[in-house]
Amino acid sequence: MAMPGTVDLARALVLAPTPLADYLVIAPVMVTVLAGAVLVMLRNFPRLQPLIAIAAMAALVANNALLLARVAVSGPITMTMGRWLPPFGISFSADVLGATFALAASVVALAVAVYAMRDVPEGLRRYGFYPCLTLMMTGVCGAFLTGDIFNLYVWFEVLLIASFGLIVLGNSREQLDGAIRYAILNLLATTLFLVAIGYLYGVAGTLNMADLVDRIRGLGEAAPINTIAALFILAFAMKAAAFPLHFWLPASYHTPAISAAALFAGLLTKVGVYALLRVLVMLMPAQRAVFGDVILWVAIVTMIGAGLGAIAQSDLRRMLGYFVISGIGAMLAGIALGSQLGLAGAAFYAVHSMIVSAALYLGAGVAGRIGGSFDLRETGGLYAVAPALAAIVLVLVLAVGGLPPFSGFWPKVLITEAALQAGRWWLAAAVLLSGFLTTIAGGRAFGMAFWRGGAAGTPDGAEALPRPLPAAEMLGLTLPVAFLAALAILIGLFPDPLMSLTDGAALGLLDPAAYIRSVFGGGP
Amino acid sequence: MRTIIFRTIAPYLTALMVLFSIFVLLRGHNAPGGGFIGGLIAASAIAIYGIACGVTAVRHALVFTPTAISGFGLFLSAASGLPSLLLGVPFLTGLWWTPHVFGAEIPVATPVVFDIGVYFVVVGAISAIALTLEEKER
Repeated sequence: MAMPGTVDLARALVLAPTPLADYLVIAPVMVTVLAGAVLVMLRNFPRLQPLIAIAAMAALVANNALLLARVAVSGPITMTMGRWLPPFGISFSADVLGATFALAASVVALAVAVYAMRDVPEGLRRYGFYPCLTLMMTGVCGAFLTGDIFNLYVWFEVLLIASFGLIVLGNSREQLDGAIRYAILNLLATTLFLVAIGYLYGVAGTLNMADLVDRIRGLGEAAPINTIAALFILAFAMKAAAFPLHFWLPASYHTPAISAAALFAGLLTKVGVYALLRVLVMLMPAQRAVFGDVILWVAIVTMIGAGLGAIAQSDLRRMLGYFVISGIGAMLAGIALGSQLGLAGAAFYAVHSMIVSAALYLGAGVAGRIGGSFDLRETGGLYAVAPALAAIVLVLVLAVGGLPPFSGFWPKVLITEAALQAGRWWLAAAVLLSGFLTTIAGGRAFGMAFWRGGAAGTPDGAEALPRPLPAAEMLGLTLPVAFLAALAILIGLFPDPLMSLTDGAALGLLDPAAYIRSVFGGGP
Repeated sequence: MRTIIFRTIAPYLTALMVLFSIFVLLRGHNAPGGGFIGGLIAASAIAIYGIACGVTAVRHALVFTPTAISGFGLFLSAASGLPSLLLGVPFLTGLWWTPHVFGAEIPVATPVVFDIGVYFVVVGAISAIALTLEEKER
């Protein structure tokens, strides 16, 4: 007990000194907010903007790599803001799952920032492409690293507001139309999320995720925890674009500048998947089991429906939107299975999907720029003009279809194996069928845009070929895509490091003891 | 709205309101008030000046664009967490210095810096919206 007249600070504050390495967990948010603020101030210097943003993204990648290395070696780390003791202070907790996702997201953001130097014209830079990109990364990294469920909602809002800025960039009628669909559905999802958090706080009395793990398990049958879990699933499935709440994605992702679309496709749906992993699997394992079959069927319909949808498209960007959704189905399948193997597959798939979806949009951007259109009926002959780009896009198409030796193969193996282990052979069949459909759609688009002699109705041969882009522009646009495609190949050839990471991530979700210990202290 | 009475009184009203907003901002540390409400008062002062004297005059008087002001505020707020890094305490820990200036104790604290940042964010963002709306009316 404290002496009368004195205050026992140890009961309210963290008194142990904070090692500098703990700052790795908050640095992603700090770096991007500070850089974003500087970019907002320097709005009238469009030439300076990409340099600052790229420097910030490079710093972010370096920081997240260090964070992941530290987390992988010595377990989750936590910093509680303002020195208050958890669960009263807001904690930032990085475990293997969060750190892996944050690193993959920052790598994609760096590639997009470099690509946008050539893609986003100076006029649009003035409207704030780079500030929005940087501040969106604040939201994305914050969501991956926070250890507080209300704070997770706040980061959702941050990335959502920044993404509104990105989606209306250019102000065309089509963009505003897409933006309204995107905004309404996403605001609805975040509102449901907020409602669910309110109920959860009402029954559990805490918002700290490490604290929630035990509290929810202790609630038993008395609390309406299944209802709350259903609300969370609905909100996150809407965010992740799972069937039947997926329709906003193909209706809006083809409208913004291709750099913004790549960023959205790579990162935003995966934040929904991450939230589902964190909240449903780690906080509410019993409820995940209750809703397992529902998620399973949603996953199957999402995978197959998106595969068929992709084949039906004639707009390259819309087709890619369906690829993103198909991947979400595979991740949901892993979550529905709930075994360590299934969850590891879902996490692996998310990393693969971040890199490959973003790269596909960027590659399609280059193809559309050369061919003059994103309509598959109006393009052709790109292989003759840009053979290097054709090779890169072919790699990406095969990767998204889940063919070896590229990054999409391994997560499909993991999820299929997990499905067979659980005796759900039809789920395994659905995963393979969706890969087959994606390959058909991708192959069809690749054949039409790259191998065909010219646009539909034109004769084969040199006179119908599009003009190549100037060499400097071509190089600036292709390099970031090539970089991401190289990552896809590298992950495909050497999957072991990422596989051990995602395996650790799945283990951390199923047994969060180390996570809880990092927040509340205590012996190992 | 551009009556002569309003146009004559608006500059004084604006000056008073901005002064009051700074008072509310600084008062907010220990009493009701703070950066958000202070920023709102200042932004309404700017809006009144805009209604009376026109948006061009306001933009000229502000020197910086409203979005740049809110960017500065965001920077200030985020940077107010950085001194924690040097002292080995968690991010955004409230830190205090009380230097004696001419015999008076003047407490300087990171929460106040954070609040001033909030003030600028609100002033910048709300006046950017207000000025855009006032521009569109004509």
